[in-house]
Amino acid sequence: MARYAVRQLGYMALTLLVVSCAVFVLNEFAPGDVARKLLGAYATQEQVEHLTQQLGLDRPVLVRYVEYMGDVLRGNFGQSLTFKVPVAQILLERLSNTLLLAAIAFAVIVPLAVLFGVLAGMREGSAQDHSILIAANLLSSLPEFATGVFLACIFAVWLGWLPGTSPLSMGGNWSIASQLVMPVLVMALYDMGYLIAMIRVSMIGVMRQPFIRTAILKGMKRRDVIVKHALRNALIAPFTAILLQINYLIAGVVVVETVFAYPGFGRLMLQAAMSKDIALVEAGALVAVLIAMTTQLAGDLGYMLLDPRIRIQK
Amino acid sequence: MTDIADIASPTPIAATARGARSFRLSTAGYVGLAIILAWAIAALLAPALALPAPNASDLAALADPRPSAIHWLGVDLSGRDLLSRTIWGARTVLTVAPIAVAGATIVGALLGLCAGYYRGAPDSVLSRVSDIILSFPVIILYMIILTKFGASAFNIIAVITVTKAPIIYRLVRAMTLELREREYVAAAQMRGESALYIMLVEILPNARGPIVVDVCLRLGYTTIAIGALGFLGIGLPPPAPDWGGMVRETYGMISIYPHMAIVPCIAISSLVVGFNLLAVGLRRRVQHG
Repeated sequence: MARYAVRQLGYMALTLLVVSCAVFVLNEFAPGDVARKLLGAYATQEQVEHLTQQLGLDRPVLVRYVEYMGDVLRGNFGQSLTFKVPVAQILLERLSNTLLLAAIAFAVIVPLAVLFGVLAGMREGSAQDHSILIAANLLSSLPEFATGVFLACIFAVWLGWLPGTSPLSMGGNWSIASQLVMPVLVMALYDMGYLIAMIRVSMIGVMRQPFIRTAILKGMKRRDVIVKHALRNALIAPFTAILLQINYLIAGVVVVETVFAYPGFGRLMLQAAMSKDIALVEAGALVAVLIAMTTQLAGDLGYMLLDPRIRIQK
Repeated sequence: MTDIADIASPTPIAATARGARSFRLSTAGYVGLAIILAWAIAALLAPALALPAPNASDLAALADPRPSAIHWLGVDLSGRDLLSRTIWGARTVLTVAPIAVAGATIVGALLGLCAGYYRGAPDSVLSRVSDIILSFPVIILYMIILTKFGASAFNIIAVITVTKAPIIYRLVRAMTLELREREYVAAAQMRGESALYIMLVEILPNARGPIVVDVCLRLGYTTIAIGALGFLGIGLPPPAPDWGGMVRETYGMISIYPHMAIVPCIAISSLVVGFNLLAVGLRRRVQHG
């Protein structure tokens, strides 16, 4: 298992290198862009060239890439061109906002998904199973911005219970906690259907096992069979899928953040990409891939820890 | 990323060959098919319907933009008819999504066949590349590429093809690894058929069931993706009627005129529900023959 982890770590480093290189080259197609963007449409060509030179953007791509990676390894991600602050500072600030949202959403999604997944899977083909499956399917069919609009219309416009935006500032009448409710709700509704279906299938598989039949036949109460025997086994297979949701909750929520004007990582990346803030885009992409690969690795290793059979096979 | 019908069955290649000719769906499947057909017919007939032009402003209607006898679903902030824009928006999404998914399916299926059939070096290289693409958060990749190269229908199709192809690739590769061990493949090899023939004529048709289901799911998620890009302002450039873009333009007004954002939201939700229900129906058919 240690060897597996080391190999995966090496593979992770390689992927990060490939991604950083790809994003860097992608952003270097038109070096004049940055200076033009900074100076605005009315700057003369000379001014643009001068600034390009000043920023060192006229040197070959490879030279700048190597220099950039050297800086990154020393913890220096450069200066954000649009926010005029170090990239690390703004990235950290927005990332912690997103982590707050993701943590709450995760804490809401996982218990509910386990509950509904088990309720559906414990009686395969029953009315209860069908209705949960259809509901899960419908919920994950709704785009996040549509769910956001529907919920905002109901809770912000019609009932007036919750704020329609979540800028995380205390200026208005709404507390920070109330600003988090709707974003979390939208993320939970969109994301939960997938996990419910995952856990349901795993539960169905476990309920067909001989040891469950034995437990039922020896006269154990159905509730005890489910809680003591089935549940623990049914959660092994979806473990990786559950951990992978962290990836979506952090890096995939740009739409939710845009709907509610939430100052998070996804919106920062959108802003950075639109204003061609290369240093910020680069660093953000690295962070996103790092998160994706860490959750993947944690999922794989946790899976091996939980299920001894997989360890032996490897 | 969420593939509900995809994981609704424990066995991917069940009875694909059996009874594949009779076309029977579950109720859910028929409901899905009906929704998709309704949108497709509306989109096809859009030019023939007696609707105001999707980009024409009726400034008089701005006095009261809510639904009326002339504008059944009301008008948007520029006085453009919402019903007309929604139906013309269906044309956009029902063109872009199928082309993008077709591109991803063709690329993914061909590469998956090669990787599964030849194994060895082609397999490990292709699988690594697809892992890298899949490990990248899709929405961030969209943002970087579309803001870099500009948002056009062609670029959206290209980006979706590249990011969705690895999913189809994985599916087809896994099935090819299993199907290549079948007797009919061995028989074709004995007859001296070319590798291309074996892949396309012997293996591919036997993998079609799960591929069709996946294409259906992909259509749903691609519709969501196109809507999300429009909503983020990096979708099809205005004034082309695009559901996501329509929500973006009117979302700020929901406290006064909620219908402007709700209409396109219902449109896109219903179409995705249609694709997902059809996928559920097809999945059952693939399983039970």
